Amino acid sequence: MTEAVQPDRVRSAEQIELSAREAASGVTPRDAGSWASKVDRLAAPQRAGVRGTNVAGRRLTGPVQGFGKMWQKTYRLTVPGDVTPQQAIATWKAHFPEFWPAGNRFAGALTGISPGDVALLDLAIGGGVKLSTGVFVLYADAESFTLMTPQGHMFAGWITFSSERPPEGTVIQAQVLMRANDPLYELAMTFGGHRKEDVFWAQTLTALGRRLGAAQATVTTRSVCVDSHRQWRHAGNIWHNSMVRSLGQTLATPVTALRRRPSRSG
Amino acid sequence: MEGPMVSMDVRHVAGRVAVVDIKGDVTAACEPVLMSAYEEAGGPAAGRLVLNFGGLEYMNSGGIGMLVTLLVRANRQRQQLAAYGLSEHYREIFELTRLDEAITIYDDEASALAGAVT
Repeated sequence: MTEAVQPDRVRSAEQIELSAREAASGVTPRDAGSWASKVDRLAAPQRAGVRGTNVAGRRLTGPVQGFGKMWQKTYRLTVPGDVTPQQAIATWKAHFPEFWPAGNRFAGALTGISPGDVALLDLAIGGGVKLSTGVFVLYADAESFTLMTPQGHMFAGWITFSSERPPEGTVIQAQVLMRANDPLYELAMTFGGHRKEDVFWAQTLTALGRRLGAAQATVTTRSVCVDSHRQWRHAGNIWHNSMVRSLGQTLATPVTALRRRPSRSG
Repeated sequence: MEGPMVSMDVRHVAGRVAVVDIKGDVTAACEPVLMSAYEEAGGPAAGRLVLNFGGLEYMNSGGIGMLVTLLVRANRQRQQLAAYGLSEHYREIFELTRLDEAITIYDDEASALAGAVT
């Protein structure tokens, strides 16, 4: 029996004309090389030094898919001197993990940050427990790059790292647009999580600033609650919660190791 | 610093429906232009806002973030947000960022205005 394969949708003449015009013009959009190709579910690469769990098969989550209040948090630091925004971003992309606070691991591609890359993370959450998750490089150009989070991450959204040059020097910036991914994370963010995140990015920017020659610069933080409503229809995101799963994986580690141990004969 | 290289012209097409014709570069820098277009479209009084991306030449991740904040504002007022005129490239970006789950994408203006599912 043969089945006729139908197209997903029938395109209107206007849409066909638009795509045809795009193809015929031979002009690739200026941002084409900066965006990652579309993915439905993430694949987790093998990376040394991290657990590498809670990433494979997960979908990406933007602020639309998150649960908690929506926040835009901006961390900025001014670097005096002649560093250009392009140099600042090139340094940030090439050495991204080196600027992270101690105890946290970012295992990305050896080549740095490129659109479509998946990096695996082990984040220190206290009590010797590591939260294993990941991030996806959504966008990267010479002056900015953006990481997007998968299901189970603390927040649903993205972080854009950018640089610009107002008269007073070169500004390096990390801007988070996020909602806590589920009710448990929302609770954790409310009771100390936001503060912890602020410290995390302030330390990161300070470390990058030091590398770029700003020994004494201070990070400014601005948090704006963009939407105070919680999206209860996404409360079920808790199923993917990487904190709970990481805790389970940590507790299960000795048992798993024992099971894998070769049995002694004789 | 250069200003945003974008124009957003508002057309009131029917009742409480307005179309915003976007031409140029959509980045975080054009947030004031978009918000001004939103107000011209009727602000909270508009029932349905349709974004025409037929003239879109460039968009970075800051531009997507700006659309999310517009979406929040529209949701707060219980307004519908729709889009059309996206090339294949920009459609894929909407799908990748999962913005298409909140902003309905149509093939053309007629269906966007009607709110018909394509």
